[in-house]
Amino acid sequence: MSRSVKGLTLAHFWVGFAAFVVAAILGAWQMWARSPLPAPAYSPDLYYLSVTAHGVSMAYVLPTFFIMGFGYFVAETALKRPLPGAPWAWGAFYVGILGVALAAGSVLLGQASVLYTFYPPLIGTVFFYVGLVLVVAASWVWCVLMILAMAGWKRENPGKNVPLAMFATVANAVMWLWTTVGVAAELVFQVIPAALGWTETIDVGLSRTLFSWTLHAIVYFWLIPAYIAFYTMAPEAAGGRLYSDTMGRLTFVLFLLYSLPVGLHHLFMDPEHATGFKFLQMFLTALVVIPTLLTVFTITASMEVAGRMRGGKGLLGWIRALPWDRPMVLATGLAFLMLFFGGGGGLINMSYGMNAMIHNTSWVTAHFHLIFGGTVVIMYFAIAYYIWPTLTGRDFASRRALTTQLWLWFVGMMVMTLPWHYLGLLGQWRRVAEFDYSNPIIAAWGPWVIVSFVGGAILLVSAVLFIVNLSSPYRQGATKAPDAVAYARPAHPAPYIRALNGFGMWNVVVLVLMVAAYGFPIAQFFIFDAPEAIVHRVNGGG
Amino acid sequence: MTQAHSDGRDALRAELRWAAIVGAAVALIVVAVVFAGVVLGINPPSNIEHIDPKTLHLSAEFTESNLGTRVDANGQVTVRVVTTQFSFIPSCMVVPAGQPVTLRFASPDVIHGILVTGTNVNTMVVPGYVAQVHTEFTETGDLLMPCQEYCGIGHSQMIATVRVVPAADFIPDAQGKVSCEPLR
Ligand code: HEM
Ligand SMILES: [Cu+2]
Ligand SMILES: [Cu+2]
Repeated sequence: MSRSVKGLTLAHFWVGFAAFVVAAILGAWQMWARSPLPAPAYSPDLYYLSVTAHGVSMAYVLPTFFIMGFGYFVAETALKRPLPGAPWAWGAFYVGILGVALAAGSVLLGQASVLYTFYPPLIGTVFFYVGLVLVVAASWVWCVLMILAMAGWKRENPGKNVPLAMFATVANAVMWLWTTVGVAAELVFQVIPAALGWTETIDVGLSRTLFSWTLHAIVYFWLIPAYIAFYTMAPEAAGGRLYSDTMGRLTFVLFLLYSLPVGLHHLFMDPEHATGFKFLQMFLTALVVIPTLLTVFTITASMEVAGRMRGGKGLLGWIRALPWDRPMVLATGLAFLMLFFGGGGGLINMSYGMNAMIHNTSWVTAHFHLIFGGTVVIMYFAIAYYIWPTLTGRDFASRRALTTQLWLWFVGMMVMTLPWHYLGLLGQWRRVAEFDYSNPIIAAWGPWVIVSFVGGAILLVSAVLFIVNLSSPYRQGATKAPDAVAYARPAHPAPYIRALNGFGMWNVVVLVLMVAAYGFPIAQFFIFDAPEAIVHRVNGGG
Repeated sequence: MTQAHSDGRDALRAELRWAAIVGAAVALIVVAVVFAGVVLGINPPSNIEHIDPKTLHLSAEFTESNLGTRVDANGQVTVRVVTTQFSFIPSCMVVPAGQPVTLRFASPDVIHGILVTGTNVNTMVVPGYVAQVHTEFTETGDLLMPCQEYCGIGHSQMIATVRVVPAADFIPDAQGKVSCEPLR
C-alpha cells in the first residue's frame, strides 16, 4: 500500500489512541473518587471536568479518528486502488486536530464541564462546541471520500461485488451523515447561538429530541468497525472462510436502516413526548436485534469452518482447535462473550416499561462500558494489531504481550462492569462525584464500588500495555513485516445483488423511516410552542 | 454442519433457518413489552404538560406554599416538588404506604431527573414541562430520592427523602397538607 495512506492511517490512529490512554487514566481516577477510598486531588469541579474529558475523548475522539483512519486503510487495501482525494483527507485531519485542541482546551480550563452530552440549558464556552463541530466536519470529508472511493471502484468493476470491508465502511459513512444531522442542528441553531450570548432562552425539549436523533445511531457508528473485523478479518485470522458474504451485506444494510429511527428510546422517561411515538421507536429498536443475531450466527459458523479445517472434531471440539494465540481470534471470542452479557442488559434498557428501573442509574453506565468499552474497543485493539505490521513495516516484539493485553482488558471489564450493573439495580444513580457513604443505604454499596475500582485499575494497566505494544515495532531491531493485509474470502462465491452493492435505494427507505419516526416528534415543538428555559452558563458569563 | 466445505445452498438454508429463529425471538420480545405496557400498565411518564420555567414560582400550582404532600377533597394524594440547582423543595416528603400517589415535578432552571431507590419511580424533569408519575409505595421507611441527571457542579448533593408511613399515621392538617417535620 502507498506510503501516504500508511501515514494517514497511523496519524489518525495515534491521535485516537493518545486520547484513549489519557481518558483511561481519568476513568480510573473517577472510579476512585466515587469509591469510599479517598482519592488524590478530589473536588467536584475536577470530577466533572474529568468526566467531560473522559466522555468526549472516549466517545468522540477515539472512535472518530479510529474510524477515519481505518476507512482510509480499507479504501486502499480492499479496493486495491489509490485513495481518491488524499490531500483532502490530510486537510480534514488537521481540521479535526484543531477541533480536538479547541474542545480539550475548553474542558481543561474548566470552561465546559457540561459532560459529553452537553444538555442545554447548561452551556459552556463556545470554543468547546466549535471544536466538536470541527471534528464532525472533518468526519464529513471522510464520508465523502469513502463514497467517492467506492463509486470509482464500481465504475471500473461493473457487475462485481464491492469488497465487503469497503461496502461496510461506506454503509457506516452513509449512516454517519444521517446520524450527525441531529446534533449538528442542535449545535448550530440552538447551542452555539446561546453560547455566543445571542439567545438567552432555549427550547430544551427540542434540543433533547435532536440529540436523541444522534445518540443511538452514533453507537452503531462506533460498532461497525468491530463488525467489519468480525466479517472480514477474524475468519481469515482463524485460517477459515467467511460463511456468507451476502449475510454480511444484509447485516450492514439493516444497521443503516434500524440504527436511525430509534433514538427516542433515550427519552422514554422524558415528559416532552407522548406514549405513541415512544412505543413506535421501541418497536423499531427491537429490530436491531436482527442484524446482531445474524452476525453472531455467521461469525460462529465461519469460526466453525476454520476450527474444522484445523482438525477440530465433535460438537465443540472445533472451538479448541482455533488459534487462540492470534490476537484477532482471541479478541473476537472475548468480544462475543462481552456482547452476550451486554446484549442481555440491552434488552432491559430497550423495554419500554422496565427502563424505569434503570434509567440514569449505574446500570446504564456499566452497560455501555461493557458493549462499547468492551466489545467495540477490544476489536479496535485487534484491528490495530492486525494491520500495524503493514502500517509500520515491522513486526511486534512478542505476540504473547498482545494476547495478555487483550485478556487484561476482558478481565478488567468484567470486574468493573458486573458490580456496576448490580449497583444500578440497587438504585445507584450516575454522574455522581462522591457518594455520602455515611448514609446506611449508600454504605452497603461501598464494597462493590471498590471492586469496580479494582476492575478500572486492571483496565488502566491494559491500556498502558496497549500503547507499549504499539510502540514495539518502532524500536530498533524489530523484524521486517510483509506489506499486505489479507481479508477473509467467502466460503462460496456470493451472487451479485445490485441492492446489496449500493445505498441509493436504502437512503430513500431511511428518509421514509425518519420522517415517520421523527417528523411529528420534532414538528410538535413548532406547533405547540413549548415555554423555553433560561440559559445557564457554567463558565460564569459569556 | 459437519463438513468444512458444504455447498452454498446448504449455507443459505442454515441462514434462513436461523433468520426464522431470530424473527421469532424479536416477536417474542415485542409481545412481552407490549404485554407489560398494556396489560400491566407499566408505562413511562408521558403526559405532555407545559409550564413556564421563568414564572414557575408565580404559577398557582408550584408556589412555595402549595409544595409538598397534599390530600384533596376526594382523598387523592399528590406530591408537588420543585427541582432546582441543587436542591429539592421540599427536601423531605411524606407519602402513605399502599395508596395511589401522584408525584408532580417542575424545574425553574436546568434539566434534572429523579428516581426513588428500591422502586421503579423514575422520570426526567425537563424545564418547560411538568413531569408526572403515578405510583404506590409498598413498604414503610425512608427512601432516597436523588437527582439522577447532571445539573451542574452540585449535582451530587441533590438528594431528597421520601418518607413512606403507614396509612394510619398519614394524617393531613386542616389545609390537607402533610409534611415531614411534625412526624419526626
Ligand atoms: C480504564 C478504563 C475505564 C474506566 C476506569 C472508566 C470509568 C468511568 C467512570 C468512573 C465514569 C463516570 C461515571 C459516572 O460518573 O457516572 C465513566 C464515564 C464514561 N466512560 Fe468510562 N471508563 C473506562 C473506559 C472507557 C471506555 C473504553 C469508554 C468507551 C470507549 C468509556 C466511555 C465513557 C463515557 C462515554 C463516559 C461518560 C458518561 C457520562 O457522561 O455519564 N469509558 N467512565
Ligand atoms: Cu440508544
Ligand atoms: Cu442533578
